[in-house]
Amino acid sequence: MSRLKTKEEYEKTIGFKFRRWLYGEEDPYINKVEMVKQHHRHVEEKTITERMHEKQMHREYTYDVNRNKVLKTYSMLYRIASVVFVILIAALLVYNVSWLPKTGAAEKAVNNEVPQRYIENGLQETGAVNIVTGMILDYRAFDTLGESHVLFIATITVLILLRNNKKKATIAQISDRRFEPKNDSILQLGAKILVPVIFVFGIYVVLNGHISPGGGFSGGAIIGAGLILYVSAFGFEKTEKFFTERTYKVISFAALATYCIAKSYSFYTGANHIHSIIPLGQPGAILSSGLILILNICVGMVVACTMYTFYVMFRKGDF
Amino acid sequence: MQFVQNFPFFCIILTLFSGSVCAVLKSKPARIVNTILITIVGILNACVLAFEIKTGESYTYMMGHFPAPWGNEIRIGVLEAGMALFFCVIMLLSMLGGKHKVLTEIAKEKQNLYYVLVNLLLSSLIALVYTNDIFTAYVFVEINTISACGLIMIRQNGRTIEAAVRYMIMSLLGSGLLLMGICMLYDITGHLLMSNIKQTLEATYASGKLDVPLLVSVAFMCIGLAIKSALFPFHAWLPDAYGYSTVSSAAILSSLVSKGYIFLLIKIIYRVVGFEIFRDTHIINVLFIFGLCGMIFGSVSAIRENDIRRMIAFSSVAQIGYIYMGIGLGTEVGMAASIFHILSHAATKSMLFIAAIGLTEVSDGSRHFIKLTGAGFRNKIAGLTFMAGSLSMVGVPIFAGFISKLLFAQAATVNKGKMLPVLICLGISTILNAIYFMKTVIRIYTPIDDKTFEENKCSVIKARQVPLYTVTCILFIIVNVVLGTMSDPIMDLITKGLSMFA
Amino acid sequence: MGPNLIANYGEAIAMIMFAIGMGNLLLQKNLIKKIIGLNIMDSSVYLFLALKGYITGRKVPIVVDGIQEVTAYINPIPAGLVLTGIVVSVSVSALMLSLTIRLYKRYHTLDLDEISLRLRQEGL
Repeated sequence: MSRLKTKEEYEKTIGFKFRRWLYGEEDPYINKVEMVKQHHRHVEEKTITERMHEKQMHREYTYDVNRNKVLKTYSMLYRIASVVFVILIAALLVYNVSWLPKTGAAEKAVNNEVPQRYIENGLQETGAVNIVTGMILDYRAFDTLGESHVLFIATITVLILLRNNKKKATIAQISDRRFEPKNDSILQLGAKILVPVIFVFGIYVVLNGHISPGGGFSGGAIIGAGLILYVSAFGFEKTEKFFTERTYKVISFAALATYCIAKSYSFYTGANHIHSIIPLGQPGAILSSGLILILNICVGMVVACTMYTFYVMFRKGDF
Repeated sequence: MQFVQNFPFFCIILTLFSGSVCAVLKSKPARIVNTILITIVGILNACVLAFEIKTGESYTYMMGHFPAPWGNEIRIGVLEAGMALFFCVIMLLSMLGGKHKVLTEIAKEKQNLYYVLVNLLLSSLIALVYTNDIFTAYVFVEINTISACGLIMIRQNGRTIEAAVRYMIMSLLGSGLLLMGICMLYDITGHLLMSNIKQTLEATYASGKLDVPLLVSVAFMCIGLAIKSALFPFHAWLPDAYGYSTVSSAAILSSLVSKGYIFLLIKIIYRVVGFEIFRDTHIINVLFIFGLCGMIFGSVSAIRENDIRRMIAFSSVAQIGYIYMGIGLGTEVGMAASIFHILSHAATKSMLFIAAIGLTEVSDGSRHFIKLTGAGFRNKIAGLTFMAGSLSMVGVPIFAGFISKLLFAQAATVNKGKMLPVLICLGISTILNAIYFMKTVIRIYTPIDDKTFEENKCSVIKARQVPLYTVTCILFIIVNVVLGTMSDPIMDLITKGLSMFA
Repeated sequence: MGPNLIANYGEAIAMIMFAIGMGNLLLQKNLIKKIIGLNIMDSSVYLFLALKGYITGRKVPIVVDGIQEVTAYINPIPAGLVLTGIVVSVSVSALMLSLTIRLYKRYHTLDLDEISLRLRQEGL
């Protein structure tokens, strides 16, 4: 930048003054305009503490249930209203029940063409001997897809709430763990015998979900119970070798992803009237009924991991 | 069948799938997945909407190899597609606007779980919008409830957890009532599919009797959904839940979760029970009165608040009252006005929450009015957005709120018996709205001197420092103005969609 | 009163259970008891649903010996609905219990009203 003006001339221009004001070097008001400083209101420490105390007293009085009459009446009113409301609801519902169709009768609205097709054609259409399994995993599979995600999201919320950082484990938590059974020989022997049996039974229930009563949810719960028994007997050191939070996430991701992909295949082909290529197999055999077996296994894995995760989270808070 | 007709199903399955994907990802990829997912789902829904407008007919989509009463199915019409698209837009904007808060307020290792919750919430909302089976609706209502609870308590302090407990208790009461209602309806009709239930009910209704179980089950479903969407006497959980959770959650909860339930209720009224039967049950009057009370009491509670976010939360109670009042009018016009108000309130309320967080940020994180003095100068874009939102809430022309108030007033004139109370309550509520919103706007545009600035530990945020936030705010204002100025085509779509419902 | 009260005694019991559960949910102060009330409410709905599917003299819907007549089996739909409902109720109970654990760790009480009172006293 070439400077045409001399330094003294430049210092007289408005631009220079503005610059100085902008960068805070000189304030045009100081020493030129009379300025009256505002009195700073001085509040003594004592009055502040007094005020705080008053506020606190006021609060305490307002929220003291035993002395505050308004609060007391309100809670009384709430209780009375609730009791009346509940009694009214009960009476209304019982009255309502008396108008519903008779229990156990065959000629009711619910026994229409829908269950008829499930019973008459369910075996041929889904390949599942257990009609309920065929219904929830094939006819009404969308519900069940939502339902497994309910379990998944519940586990996620429990993880959010109860999972704590390993570094931050407080003394209270450590002392809480002192009461865990350690090397209890009776429990360990019992677990040694029972856990394999429970696992085998659980896997049996999962795999036979389409042939006999049971399925992914019940079998998964049984396997989860086996895991819980195992961890109670042998402690977390052993289970943490093969089951951590990561394991849970990977297993449930794999299972739910398989579930989603399998079901999107069948939904997509179904809606576009494309014939599904999945064979239904011989009804009654283990390897039959198309996707139902795979779905049962997926659901079983999710449920088993979920049950175990709930237990671990409630008891300890980390894997 | 054309390929575009598969899109709603793709939306549902994609969102469900991405929920489990985000659980195994780290927080940053999970966030990217979440943003891309919402965008894709929005685009897919926009395609469906365009297709629906072109064909002008609704269609059903089989979920599986079996036709309707045996298998599940979803149903797509103009209103459904439009609603799903709108939900995606608002959710995207809320997530973008609150992104920086999510990063700071939530523990690092739990951030990916937050996106799991958001994805599943979106999936449940879309499924609720599209479903044609009442039991599927129940399952997705539960997903919605649990993920909403997760959204509340993910920022963990005592207040949010207490709020989450209260929210869960009320919601579960609502779910129980809803499930009981569905079971009774199943018992008397023998179907779970919406259209079949309606056929059966119409046949019984034609024979001239309105029996007790139908009345009770409809009442249970309505009250259950009213509790879940925080209609006036059941709103105790709302201010804490909206006021203390992280800001994206608050925006999503107030603008989408409760609206999803209300949309389900409208769907039940039209597609399950039938509008004529519903009007004859007199439950409509109960909803109407609760709605009116909500309009007044919500605003009164909002005036008494000293905390900006709790004030906005209480204003939600009032606005939900408006929606139920519109439903309670018992006319097609009232229903259309309600649906428009769902849109305008969702757009405005999420905008207010996002703007409020910008204002509190420059005031040392304090949400009290005294500390907020002058915040509009310190964060200019947030102040501007808040002002736009307030004007919309009060009902100033060119903003969305004006149109919905106008529509409510028009709808009220059709209904002779309910005209006077509606107009009076609308007037009172508008004045109350103006009192508490204008009070806040004046407060944030009152300048403060340097000393107070120092004392309150204020800071200044320029629009250039937070480009994402600025863009989000501008988009929010644009959405609101679009709703306010182009209301005619939107109302056409709504009335068309409602006629498709029947 | 309608005509079927005696025949529907099971459902009437389910409804009374529902009201008891709801009363617990509204009146109990202890959070654990509230959750128990919630579970009673859910169970009553399942009892109600199970009774909906029942038909006198018929068997569970698992095809045995190739018999596929409608008259042989009860209605399978309510069973499926109950299954879904149970899973939902398990998830919700787990969530509520974990919320309770967190609240207890922080405030050392299970009384929800007391917690909110304390929150307000703190002036938060």
